[in-house]
Amino acid sequence: MTESLIGVRGRRTKSLVLTTVIAAGAVLMLLPFYWLIIATTYPSREIFASPPNVLPGPAFFDNLTGLLSDTLFGRAIGNSVLVASVYTLLGLVVCTAAGYAFAKFEFRGRGLLFGAVLITLALPSQVTLVPLFQIMVTLGWLDTYQALILPNLALPFGIFLMRQTMQAVPDELLQAARVDGAGEFRVFSRIVLPTVRPALAALAIFLFLAQWNEFVYPLVVLRTPESFTIPVSLASLQGIGTTDYGQLMMGTFLSVLPILVLFLFLQRHFVAGILAGAVKQ
Amino acid sequence: MNVLSSTAHASAGPTAEAAPFAAPPRPPRRRRRSSIGHPRITPYLFLLPTIVLFLGFKLYPYLSAFWTSLTSNIGGVITFVGLDNYLRLLEDPLFYKALGNTALILVVQVPLMLGLGIVLSVAFNSLLLKGRAFFRMAFFVPIVMGLVAYGILFSALFDSSAGIVNELLGYVGIGPIPWLVDPFWAKISIVLAMTWHYTGQNAIIYLAQLQSIPGELYEAAQVDGANGWQRFVNITLSGLRPALLLTVVLSTIGTLQLFDEPYVLTNGGPDNATLTVGMYLYQNGFKYFDFGYASAIGYALTVIIAVVSLIQFRLFRERAPKPISPKKSMSPKEKTR
Repeated sequence: MTESLIGVRGRRTKSLVLTTVIAAGAVLMLLPFYWLIIATTYPSREIFASPPNVLPGPAFFDNLTGLLSDTLFGRAIGNSVLVASVYTLLGLVVCTAAGYAFAKFEFRGRGLLFGAVLITLALPSQVTLVPLFQIMVTLGWLDTYQALILPNLALPFGIFLMRQTMQAVPDELLQAARVDGAGEFRVFSRIVLPTVRPALAALAIFLFLAQWNEFVYPLVVLRTPESFTIPVSLASLQGIGTTDYGQLMMGTFLSVLPILVLFLFLQRHFVAGILAGAVKQ
Repeated sequence: MNVLSSTAHASAGPTAEAAPFAAPPRPPRRRRRSSIGHPRITPYLFLLPTIVLFLGFKLYPYLSAFWTSLTSNIGGVITFVGLDNYLRLLEDPLFYKALGNTALILVVQVPLMLGLGIVLSVAFNSLLLKGRAFFRMAFFVPIVMGLVAYGILFSALFDSSAGIVNELLGYVGIGPIPWLVDPFWAKISIVLAMTWHYTGQNAIIYLAQLQSIPGELYEAAQVDGANGWQRFVNITLSGLRPALLLTVVLSTIGTLQLFDEPYVLTNGGPDNATLTVGMYLYQNGFKYFDFGYASAIGYALTVIIAVVSLIQFRLFRERAPKPISPKKSMSPKEKTR
């Protein structure tokens, strides 16, 4: 910290260079977002104008209403919101309960069960694509919400995260509550859950994001356009040659918008959730 | 306040399960209690949903996929064919092509992304950088974009004739580059898209680890005359080891399963130049409905992932963790400036 005057000068130059380089990188990172937002405001044929559009154009609402009336994208938004929300709520319940059992109880079969959780963390989920499809056919669950929600509820990563977090809750706290006459569920809901609230927020965001963006599995079990979630709907829009590009960009933008807003408001939890999840599960 | 209260002092001893009849108005349900005072059934109740879901949607599918990989389905008639699907796989040039593409993307993209991530994390950690909070966010934010969304976005950006990337490159006299339509450049496009998407996340992971390295280490090393590079290698990289292992393994597993980006960006083309193992599995399963073969690909992928991860764990362990000891010796600390 004790720098001579010359040192300070050198520092300043270094600081300027570093900040400039990083800023240039940041522009590259943010440019696609900017381009996307601009693209939503132009009619199809003008999106790829040369020189490129820098300022917003007039077609934002045309693209929006066009997308919602010409395609089933509005329906897809509804499906995604519903599925991701329910999945998040149920996933929180399942993962915290399991994490709690693994963290705070000694019981027969614990090692085996936890080992099973860890192994599925490493196995490629693509192996289960075919069997899950067959299960859903057998149950008659193709195109249903439960087909999307149920299979990944007991998310190995989520269980792992909650276990790690709950191990830090002191046993004495639980014992004291038990001595005071609290039932087991009460101990869980009143003592344990409140103390792990930050981890719950992180997990909730992780679950929501995972379900919101999930693609290949929904692609397999959703067959009719009415049941499509946003990513499947987007991919199908892109697939047909007649797609209006302005509408496609609008759909892409709408798929990111809620997540982006969530991110700006809950940055800390977001980073925690994604750090804990580190890449896809 | 609760029916359990009469037996709740069970923590007194391990034999507390001898529940006295002297208790509550409720029918005397015998509650077997563990040594720390909860009913023995409790953990199983908490685990019940997980166990049911696990059996139905994890264990059964994995076993079922293995069985399916040993069968063939011709016109709805399922026959046991032993290892035929696996033998076919070994001689399938398209599978090798998919494997090769995946491996190529892996060995170019993962080091590029993680290298950039390290550099970024050091920058984010440096007091020399102004506006650090903003920059962290700017580099991190691509991760919130879904894979399909950013695939579509990049297919527009990289459009060979009208995309803005070529437009901008044109201004500096480069191109036009046939991004998505040339076998070589299509792979590059995928690498660039993935790097855009994931680098910031890795930088943040490294940053978290960097912040746990005590600053005194750097000061001590500086006192001992270690130059910037030596400090970077011996303290920074060495301290990053756990995070490096994590990101290398996870990125590798993720890339080996690569599906969404090539599906949306190039649909495996041109001429299968971006066909990945994940895409090949999907095509066989859900375009040709050859479930047996798709399942065999899945298990081959499992084995490959297991082997590669194991090798990586070994490599990282063998380079024995250099104890971070910048010789905090009795060396004279009087380097006055």
